[in-house]
Amino acid sequence: MSDSNSTPSSGGLTVNNLSFAYGKKTALDNVSFQAHRGRCTILLGPNGAGKSTLFSLVTRLYASKIGSIMVDGRDLSKTTYKALADLGVVFQQATLDMDMSVLQNLRYHAALHGLNRKQTHQRIEQELKRQGMYERRMEKIRQLNGGHRRRVEIARALLHEPSVILLDEPTVGLDIASRQAIVEHMHELVKQDNLAVLWATHLIDEVYENDHLIILHQGRICADGIVSGLLEEFQADDVGQLFQMLTTAQRVA
Amino acid sequence: MLHYFRALFGIINRELWRFLSQRGRFFAALVRPLVWLFIFAAGFRSALGIAIIPPYQTYIPYEVYITPGLIGMIQLFNGMQSSLSMVYDREMGSMRVLLVSPLPRWFLLVSKLLASTFVSIVQVYVFLAIAWFYDVQAPWTGYLWVLPALIVSGLMLGALGLLLSSLVKQLENFAGVMNFVIFPMFFLSSALYPLWKMQESSELLTLLARYNPFTQAVELIRFALYGQFNQGALLFVTIILLVFLMLAIWGYNPSKGLMPRKRG
Repeated sequence: MSDSNSTPSSGGLTVNNLSFAYGKKTALDNVSFQAHRGRCTILLGPNGAGKSTLFSLVTRLYASKIGSIMVDGRDLSKTTYKALADLGVVFQQATLDMDMSVLQNLRYHAALHGLNRKQTHQRIEQELKRQGMYERRMEKIRQLNGGHRRRVEIARALLHEPSVILLDEPTVGLDIASRQAIVEHMHELVKQDNLAVLWATHLIDEVYENDHLIILHQGRICADGIVSGLLEEFQADDVGQLFQMLTTAQRVA
Repeated sequence: MLHYFRALFGIINRELWRFLSQRGRFFAALVRPLVWLFIFAAGFRSALGIAIIPPYQTYIPYEVYITPGLIGMIQLFNGMQSSLSMVYDREMGSMRVLLVSPLPRWFLLVSKLLASTFVSIVQVYVFLAIAWFYDVQAPWTGYLWVLPALIVSGLMLGALGLLLSSLVKQLENFAGVMNFVIFPMFFLSSALYPLWKMQESSELLTLLARYNPFTQAVELIRFALYGQFNQGALLFVTIILLVFLMLAIWGYNPSKGLMPRKRG
């Protein structure tokens, strides 16, 4: 658990009254929350809670006319490209090109974000060094293990210096050591770069005490606040109990 | 504006790298038309007589007749390969990296299309170079004139692939594309036999073949290879290109297209 008690700064990601459905099946129902800079916002929910749909809406893969999404003060539906430029995304599925090297994958991303040659070179070097992957930059993605691939994806998400990072279950399929390393590393990055991070997961042990926690269940938010505050409010011993309490209560209701 | 150029260059660079690094794909793309040229055409040479038809000014060997059709075949298969890789990329997730970049979606799709066309043109010129040694030679100016024709036909066939990739939801469904798109398009065209020959067998098939966009693309290439301009074919191919492209862009539109069904 983190011992940091720093207050998050303004900006980040704001979602207001967002709803979305696949045909007649409601995936998100009137969802509102804020992910502030300088703090990890954990989006916790069981499978099928609507986490991936929310990510698809925030990244504009899908569009909804109900509700709004603001990225660092910019309305995603009105200033789409400026808002997208401020987002870094690590998808649930691996999205690196397996037959290309680490360097080539990052160069491709830099080109899509309009970085010039000098910036590309500098940013790749900086981010790969931060992820401890610089020495392996010439290797093909296929040659890397799952944890290292995720590190490359994190480096890629940070390459264009976004203010908001979205991580959609980034530790799925990784061993415990790799998972812990990524969770710790991301929490450090949030403080270092004053990033707003929205981290979707269904793994309770990825939540720190000082994190902002949102519990999403059946397309609705059933808890929203700092972990320690929520535990007190709902008189739960830990996040696992809190999660169980809220999702089971909803299911019964 | 610089951002757009950098992104376009990045997308083309990636497509070309992927094509060149996948040696199997590179050789398959070349071997397919060469088998038709060296084996199929040799067998058909004596069975099928080609009368003097424009743009040819004399009797020509069957290999010469079939070459523009095989160029079209390269571009058709490349368009389908590109569409297959887009469905694969979508399933594997790497398509998302492209679609969430801060550029208009139409631009990203057009860039992808230009990249795929560029790759197909590289394949065509390698094929033409091999065919040249096999005595299938066009006037040297034809090799320049054919470039704009290849761009338009490559874009049209690539746009068809793009449209199909927006319609096909799963990789497994792609086998159907082979049966219902590639084969009818290729065989119901002037790629392998002139339309007047087909007319002897069936008026209906000839009519269908005449309005097959692939026929028009092949005729555009055939005339361009001999330094002639087939205005009708160019107009037809351009219109079909725009229709396919607009439908594909609509298909990939997050709020109107075929990706999710929305309530909001």
